[in-house]
Formats: sequence, structure tokens, C-alpha cells
Amino acid sequence: MLTAKACFFRKYLKILFSFSRKNIKQYILTMDIIVDGITKTYGRQNAVDELSFQVKTGEVLGFLGPNGAGKTTTMKAITGYIETNGGDIEVGGISVNKNPGEVKKHIGYLPEHNPLYQDMPIIDYLGFVAGLQGLEKNEIESRVTEMIQVCGLSSEKHKKIRELSKGFKQRVGLAQALIHNPEVLILDEPTTGLDPNQIVEIRELIKNIGREKTVILSSHILAEVEATCDRILIINKGKIVANGTAEELRRQAQGNELLTVGLGNADRNEAFNALKELPSVALVDFANGEGAVFAVHSKERQQSAKPIFDLCMQKGWYICQLTPVETKLEDIFRQVTQN
Amino acid sequence: MITRRELQSFFDSLIAYIMIVVFLALSGLFTWLYGSDIFYVNQASLQSFFGIAFWTLFFFIPALTMKQIAEERKTGTIEMLLTKPISEWQLLWGKFLATLILIGIALVLTLPYYITVWKLGPIDHGAVWTGYFGLLLMSSAYISIGLFASTITNNQIVAFLLALFIGIFFHIIFEFLASNMSGILGSVFNYLSISNHYQSVSRGVIDSKDLIYFLSIIFMGIVSAEAVLVKRTVN
Repeated sequence: MLTAKACFFRKYLKILFSFSRKNIKQYILTMDIIVDGITKTYGRQNAVDELSFQVKTGEVLGFLGPNGAGKTTTMKAITGYIETNGGDIEVGGISVNKNPGEVKKHIGYLPEHNPLYQDMPIIDYLGFVAGLQGLEKNEIESRVTEMIQVCGLSSEKHKKIRELSKGFKQRVGLAQALIHNPEVLILDEPTTGLDPNQIVEIRELIKNIGREKTVILSSHILAEVEATCDRILIINKGKIVANGTAEELRRQAQGNELLTVGLGNADRNEAFNALKELPSVALVDFANGEGAVFAVHSKERQQSAKPIFDLCMQKGWYICQLTPVETKLEDIFRQVTQN
Repeated sequence: MITRRELQSFFDSLIAYIMIVVFLALSGLFTWLYGSDIFYVNQASLQSFFGIAFWTLFFFIPALTMKQIAEERKTGTIEMLLTKPISEWQLLWGKFLATLILIGIALVLTLPYYITVWKLGPIDHGAVWTGYFGLLLMSSAYISIGLFASTITNNQIVAFLLALFIGIFFHIIFEFLASNMSGILGSVFNYLSISNHYQSVSRGVIDSKDLIYFLSIIFMGIVSAEAVLVKRTVN
């Protein structure tokens, strides 16, 4: 009885201790990633060309770019897998060039094609990776159980990886990257090849996990980056071509206001001329389709919604459509990556 | 960690069993039944066993090592491994050790030969133990050569053939050259030949010269394998 009590007490203390340790870890360590002018050449080609950027602790950075832009190369350089030809990367103040072993302890990495040992059962595989990360023996088991739970692998845990569906394999890849509770998470196209349901699931998972971690995530799917990331970085030919939140990028790309205006009860040509006369309007186009629907471009830093409303009041028209046209992320992407 | 996983993968796939069974079958056949076997020679010695093990291991070891790095490269798991806080050096020694342990297991399973021969007649115990020791040294040398071959390609067959190709120089060609040449060149080739050193060890004499020879081959193999791995350039 007494020993059971003591046992319980010890367990309680252990939990308490682990909590406080976790908190200290979170608050004291800032795990900023600073990429400082890295260059990587393959043969004569510059895969990455004096690339510099920063990711702050707790931020989720979306890394965009066309195929071959240097995304994967940059990520491999941050993880210390490849050496750069110039520049340096710091993760939490530790230089990747000088102390790659130390940096690797803080990084969880999911490589592009999610390489796994196909002939290993999930549990064994995660245990193996935990061992490689240098976790203590008694820690390994609890971490593996926890990761299996977090990543929703409980029903499959004894299956060999070969037998899993692609979605589950991806979960194993994530679990593998998270096994040592790293402060920094680097995910190279984590949702490629998954079906829409799986994409949503993985995305949710990343979002949940990413709350306390510094995350860099590369992707082709722009909607995904917008949904999961705090900031977007677009690179092309090894250089940064856009950097900011989705909002900021839109604003930059859009420039002047553009409205789609539909007027009921109005003559097409008369309305066209009247809109053109408005002082805030720079340009009016007929939109596609029948009826009085126009694309109204405002002048720089001016807004046309109110003048249009007033005009309609005056003429006795009614507004059946008034929509600001947002530049889609796709457009921005195309704009900055095609010269 | 690496060693345990490698051993597990040897035993999970049939490689380990096939290797052990075939090794035992071949060495058993030639020790007891065929050719210059024990009854033919009519001497209680394991010389014929060591002779055949010398050749079977020469072919088996490249088969074991060929996939060790090449496959990691092909499937991309090497990237997973090397972004963990372990060095190339640790990775290679882990794999080296796993293969050596497997060979060790195969050799331990031949101990019944030793015991039966011992029951049959007077045997030179010293020679037997140094014979086993020589086999282990020779195996280690070929494992490190095999690992090196496995690092420079991601094709297992190429790795296998390359390991055999490098191995055959040490195995017979150097000895052959040495016997055809005299002077310094002859003694250089003589020194480079694995079979010479193996024979001197298995005869019952463990010379520091032989030890240094084997150890330097092992280190050369692993060091050059590491150099290739660090570069990461081969596709």
C-alpha cells in the first residue's frame, strides 16, 4: 500500500517536473532561423543564390516557388544535410556550418518523398528514430506512444510501413519528424500525393503541432499555404521574389482598387459613360456577359464604392452587384515567378 | 541503434538465414565429404575448412554489404539518417559491426566441426583459434571494402561487382603478381595480398605486421566510404 502510494507520488512529481521543464524550454529558447546569404551551386548552376531570410520563433513560414526554384535545396541546407558554397544558417543562435550535430537535435525534418524503411513496423521504426535522436531508453517508449496517438496511428501501429496507405505513411513521416519534440519543424511538401480528405487532415495536424514551433513548410498548393502559414516566401531561381503575409502580398500585387459593378434598371452605354465620368474612376471595362456589368478600376489610392452608390441614387438605378476583385495568390505567384 | 536495426533487417529478410545455411552447407561439404576433406587427408585439422571459408566469405560478404548504403541512397532514407544527430562515421561503423556480427554468428555455428574433429584425433588448438581469428580479420577487411563499394553507387549489383573486383586484387591477383616478380615490387605485392597475411595468421602465428595490415585495410575502407558519403554528390 505504502509502496503504491510512493509510486504514485513519484509519478506525480515526474509529470510536474516534465511540465515545468517543457515550459522553461519554450520560454527561454528562442528558435529563430536566420538564413544569411547562402549560395549552393550544382555544377555551373546556382540552385540557391545568396538567399537570406529569417523565421521567428513560433512562426509558420510557407515556402513557395516553381519546381527547381531551390526550395528543397534551401531546406536541406537548413537541416545540415548539404553543405552550402557560401553563407551561413543559424538555428537558435547555433551555426549549421560550425555545429551541425547540435542543430540537428533541434530540427524535425520531413524530406520531400518521405523516405521510410518499408519493412519495419511503425512502432519499431519510431523507436529506431527516437534512438537516433539520442532519447533515453525510458523516454523512447512514452514518446513513441505519444506520437502514435498525436498522429492518429493507433489502429495501424503494428503494421509494416509497406502495408500503409499514403496518408498513413505521411503521418508516420510526421511522427518521425516530431519524435524528439523539436523546436523547429521543416516539412518539404508534406501533402503532395494525398487525397483532399487526407490533405485536410494533415493540414490540421500541422496547424495543431505548429502552434508552439518554428515551422517552414514548402508546397505547390497555394490555398494550403494561405490556410496554414503566417507568412509566405516565394522564391524563384534561387532568389526571393516575394515575402510577406498573404494580405500584404495581395496588396502589393493589386495596387489600385478594382470593383465589379452590376447595375439593374440601367442602359448599358449610358451607365458606362456615367461611370467613366466619376472623378475617382480611372478606367471602366465591360465585363463579360449580358447587362450592365462593368469592371471599374479606381485611381491610385481612391475608392469608388461611395461615388457609384451616389450616382445610382441620382439616376434611379439599383446595384445588383458590387464586389471588390481580389488578386488571387495564384496570380501573384505567376506574376513574380515568370519574367 | 544502427547496428541493431541492420541486424534486424538481415534477419527479417531471408538474407541472414540463406547466408548462414549456404555457408554451413558449403563449408561442411568440403570439410567432410568432398575433395581434400578430412578423411582424405587423414589428419585431424581444420585446414580444409579454413581454405573453403576463405573463399565462401569472399563471395558472401559483398552480397551482404552491397545493399547497406546503396539502398539507403536509392530509397532516400540516407537523408533521413543523416539529418539526425549521428555522423557518417557512426553510421558506417554501425553497419560494419552488424555485418561482422552476422559473420561471427555463422562462424560460431561452425564450432561443432571443430569439436567433432577434436574428438576424432589430436588437433592443434592454437591453429584453430588463430584460424578463426584470421577469418574474422579477413571478413572485416572485406566488409569495409564492400561498404566503400556500396557508398559510391545506388545500384546494388554495381556495388556487389565492384566489391568483388576490388576484393579479387587482394584475394589472388596481388599474390599472383608477387610470385611473378622479384625485388621491391614483388615484396610490395606480396605485402598487399590478403591471402598471404591470412595464411600466416591461420598457421597459428599472430604477427603485429599482419594485424596492422588488416586494420589499415579496414580503416582505409571506412575512411574513404565516409569521404564519399560526406560529399553526397553521387546519384
